[in-house]
Amino acid sequence: MVSASLKTAAPARGLHLEVKNLSHAFDLGKTSLPVLNQVDLSLQPGESVALLGPSGCGKSTLLRLVAGLEAPLSGQILVDGQPVGAPDPSRILVFQDPTLYPWRTVWDNVALGLQARGLINSQRERVDAALAKVGLGEFRDAYPRQLSGGMAQRAALARALVNEPRLLLLDEPLGKLDSLTRIAMQGELIRLWQQQRYSSLLVTHDVEEALLLSDRVLVFSNRPARILAELKVERDYPRHRDDPHLVELRQQALELLGLGSSW
Amino acid sequence: MPTYSAELPRRAAARPFAVWKTGLLAAAGWLAFALYSSEAPNAIRDWPYTRELANLSLANAALLALIALLPGPTARLAERLRPAGPWLLALPLLLGLWQLATAKLGLLPVPFFAPPQALLEVYAEDWPRLAESLLHSFWLLANGVLLGSVFGFVAGVSIGWSQRIGYWLHPVLRILGPVPSTALLPICFFIFPSSWGASVFLIALATWFPVTVLTWSGVASVDRAYYDVARTLGASERFLIFRVAIPAALPHVFVGLFMGLGASFSVLVVAEMMGVKAGLGWYLQWAQGWAAYANMYAALLVMALLCSGLITALFLIRDRVLSWQKGAVKW
Repeated sequence: MVSASLKTAAPARGLHLEVKNLSHAFDLGKTSLPVLNQVDLSLQPGESVALLGPSGCGKSTLLRLVAGLEAPLSGQILVDGQPVGAPDPSRILVFQDPTLYPWRTVWDNVALGLQARGLINSQRERVDAALAKVGLGEFRDAYPRQLSGGMAQRAALARALVNEPRLLLLDEPLGKLDSLTRIAMQGELIRLWQQQRYSSLLVTHDVEEALLLSDRVLVFSNRPARILAELKVERDYPRHRDDPHLVELRQQALELLGLGSSW
Repeated sequence: MPTYSAELPRRAAARPFAVWKTGLLAAAGWLAFALYSSEAPNAIRDWPYTRELANLSLANAALLALIALLPGPTARLAERLRPAGPWLLALPLLLGLWQLATAKLGLLPVPFFAPPQALLEVYAEDWPRLAESLLHSFWLLANGVLLGSVFGFVAGVSIGWSQRIGYWLHPVLRILGPVPSTALLPICFFIFPSSWGASVFLIALATWFPVTVLTWSGVASVDRAYYDVARTLGASERFLIFRVAIPAALPHVFVGLFMGLGASFSVLVVAEMMGVKAGLGWYLQWAQGWAAYANMYAALLVMALLCSGLITALFLIRDRVLSWQKGAVKW
């Protein structure tokens, strides 16, 4: 199961995630809307897995459950064998919107997690390092309104990475970026993941992005989401978009999503 | 009138010296007003302090002319005064109209309308009493507004954050909040041991209501995603309140403070007119009782400056605290 890239890189410090028979529904007052239907998945330490599916199918809910922001209706989420309770900085969720705090400078935004845990005064250099890693060192004193979309999302990444998460949950992190910035950021995500060896769970509805960034791609059905298929991407990183293997997998994925004929 | 803070393009630093024409015109305006005040015949009687008013205006004219004409350090002053130029010109003209309608032609009935020099007389002769009234008003207002703001802020955050506190505070807010504080004045004068204490309470109440409602709505309208971000980074509830909810709600809080301050002014004046034996409201009442209308105008002007000064101070604080916002309305 360990992907080719893992064999050459530093030992993984990512965590092991196991989701067993997970079901969830939204409470809409009188009725409830089922969003997840008996989902099973596992993530090896340091592995990168993409969840691909139509928008609104419940993938993002899965990430919120894994992060501990909500409790599932039934089923189990185990992290290194322990059930998930409250949110914990070892599992950090990066949202589609950067959701930087507009009243804080970039530096103070990135410092958020360390400040919340009372570590900021002793570990200020970690913030500087995280900013440097995403290339925002010069923007440390800027306010979020002064950043472009790509820069803001990079700041949001730094805000997550500064906490050295063992599992990074990425909820369509590049969904709102223009296509050029998107391509650049995809490369950046691979680089950061290879450096830090966290486990990564990426939610996306972009087939190409899923294939470029992950060891395995899990294709989800419409709501209530269940896993339709698992596609293994047997290529090293960084990958090439026009690799025949990726093109073939893309075709398979689109067929699974009911878009086979439109390609 | 509010203007927007879209900054005007900065003027080039090294600019060749040029005479400030509007400044010269304004100087001429003040000179004309001085001459008209002192030389034109009065309609009903000669007013004291006409000479002093004319001298002050002359000084104004001379100062403006110097600033407009001289290069060097005063040129920088001219640069700063430049935006106010049209107003500096309009002021002596408006004063001239006032002079014309009162002292010179007697168009407005005496003694209800006093000429400008009568106000000058009040400031020159009655300033100790005016200053004392100003201090009294300020002290009363400061106590009430401070208490009301603190309690309003705490109440607003509590209602916005905790459903249990909201359950008890919300009905109080609904029933007591919209009642004009001035309506409670008679009761309060009866209940409280001193009229001063009653007034502090009512000013606090008038400030409390808008501060509470807006702080509450500010806390309630914080983007849920902000909390999610902080929680996934390991934030405690304390951190969520003090580092997320409150800073995110601050723009609303300042609107509440602005409205509360505005409400406090009217309570202040009514309280001073009805029970408190000091302050600008009391001075107004007293002046009216003696038919000293010039004193009333003088006190009104002081009151206008006090209120406007306080609002300006609040906005300055807001601009500092909320410097991360852009395009905020400037006072």
